[in-house]
Amino acid sequence: MPGPLLSVRGVSRTFTSAQGDTLALQATDLGVEENDFVTILGPSGCGKSTLLRIVAGLDHPTTGEVLLDGCRIEGPGADRGMVFQSYTLFPWLDVLDNVCFGLRERGLPRAQQVEIAQGFVARVGLAGFEHHYPKQLSGGMQQRTALARALANGPRMLLMDEPFGALDHQTRELMQELLLGIWEGERPAGAGPLPSRPGPPRGAATVGSEGAVCPTVLFVTHDIDEAVFMGSRVVVMSARPGRIKVDRPVALAHPRHYSVKTTPAFAALKAELMEEVRVEVLASQQGSMAPYPASGRGLG
Amino acid sequence: MKPLVPVAPGARIALGVSFFVLFVAAWAAATFGGFVSKTFLADPLTMVRSGWTLLAEMGFARDIGMTVWRVLGGFLIAAALALPLGVAMGAYKPVEAFFEPFVSFARYLPASAFIPLLILWAGIGEAQKLAVIFIGSFFQLVLMIAVTVGNTRRDLVEAAYTLGCGHRGVVRRVLIPGAAPEIAEILRMVLGWAWTYVIVAELIGASSGIGHMITDSQALLATDQIIFGIIVIGLIGLASDLLFKLANRRLFPWAQLGR
Repeated sequence: MPGPLLSVRGVSRTFTSAQGDTLALQATDLGVEENDFVTILGPSGCGKSTLLRIVAGLDHPTTGEVLLDGCRIEGPGADRGMVFQSYTLFPWLDVLDNVCFGLRERGLPRAQQVEIAQGFVARVGLAGFEHHYPKQLSGGMQQRTALARALANGPRMLLMDEPFGALDHQTRELMQELLLGIWEGERPAGAGPLPSRPGPPRGAATVGSEGAVCPTVLFVTHDIDEAVFMGSRVVVMSARPGRIKVDRPVALAHPRHYSVKTTPAFAALKAELMEEVRVEVLASQQGSMAPYPASGRGLG
Repeated sequence: MKPLVPVAPGARIALGVSFFVLFVAAWAAATFGGFVSKTFLADPLTMVRSGWTLLAEMGFARDIGMTVWRVLGGFLIAAALALPLGVAMGAYKPVEAFFEPFVSFARYLPASAFIPLLILWAGIGEAQKLAVIFIGSFFQLVLMIAVTVGNTRRDLVEAAYTLGCGHRGVVRRVLIPGAAPEIAEILRMVLGWAWTYVIVAELIGASSGIGHMITDSQALLATDQIIFGIIVIGLIGLASDLLFKLANRRLFPWAQLGR
């Protein structure tokens, strides 16, 4: 039996500083199957971003290892595309050249780069903005470009670190639908029933010459709605030092329309996860107050 | 006036020009009014007249040409060597650890204090002039370029890695293009400093150049010529500054956005 696409085995992370060692992430095991959309939910500072950065190869685990397709991850690579919370488009490149960045690194001929990039620019709804510089775009448009840039590279996995966290609420919801639509459209036919979704975003999309692109997503967020709406599986992490506390499949059928957020099944799951997360947020707040007991008493 | 509120372009030019007018007016009042002796300060008209004589009859244009050539020559050599070293220091921390203490020390060595030594080594020819400018600008350039390259946003570097860039690719495709507009600004600034070094180099042991003309005029108490020489330097500096700014705007349109 083949293992999962990604397996995290006993990964922990300790940060060393002058004040002493801080355990950010307890030994963690996690498997992500091909075509899965896993959302990682937890309070800020719980180590969820650390875990994602370790998978990306941007940080190294103190113990344990991460395997992608059975191969140990030693550093960052084009097989794991990433979208960051901060706006990380290269300001000296226009939208098209940003999307071409990874393709150019691979040495593709320019004409082919442009063809693939234009497909993804159109898919994220930015046709006509190819020659705008990042500073001329809104936050939502910048993150769409960042998504196109990651997808154009044809990665095995898409790693997303609160990518919509800096956007306003309405824009964030549209971005969720966009990403989910792309993921639902990208799943191979065998992976589940996929009635085609009406509406222009997917109808207008043209696939790049790469074929199936990136059906496996690992998505970090602290927004419960976002985690439930997008994930086919939600993982809840505890307060620092982080560990996986709950690992729950989301039994909502795909493709999901935004109206699914008002269904009883959605509300029930959200309520359940809210309790889990709330306990951890309280725990992390108490944890952060712990070093100052004397001043706390003095104020009271 | 409200703090930080920008001024309209027309008003900006008018304000800038009006200070020049005010300055010359004060100068004219002091000299024509007889408040200052002609021996110490020539009036503006005499200055312009003797400037014309210098240019038309005494071959001052050749002096200007020599000075410009020296500044550009010394500065280009300094920039050509400082760019690769500065980028290497900014990008690779062991390289920085190796060079940075020495360069920090060397940039406080006054270029003008090297002139006697350089005359001993290189004579009073062009090599000595170029060397003064090189010493004056090279170390400053290296340090400032290294800091700029080292300040590249880490998240952009990480994004490049996740897109498949290798270490050299990150230097070539992220560190250098990201720092380029600021490096151009550094070049513009240090070129201004190079102008002060060239005059110092020409004050001692030169047979041509603006600085040489100024020393000659000092012996004749010709303050009109000295002032004309200084103003020419100022004008050339202003012109090169404008050209640099225009070129930067052309080359790096993205860096102008949102300013």
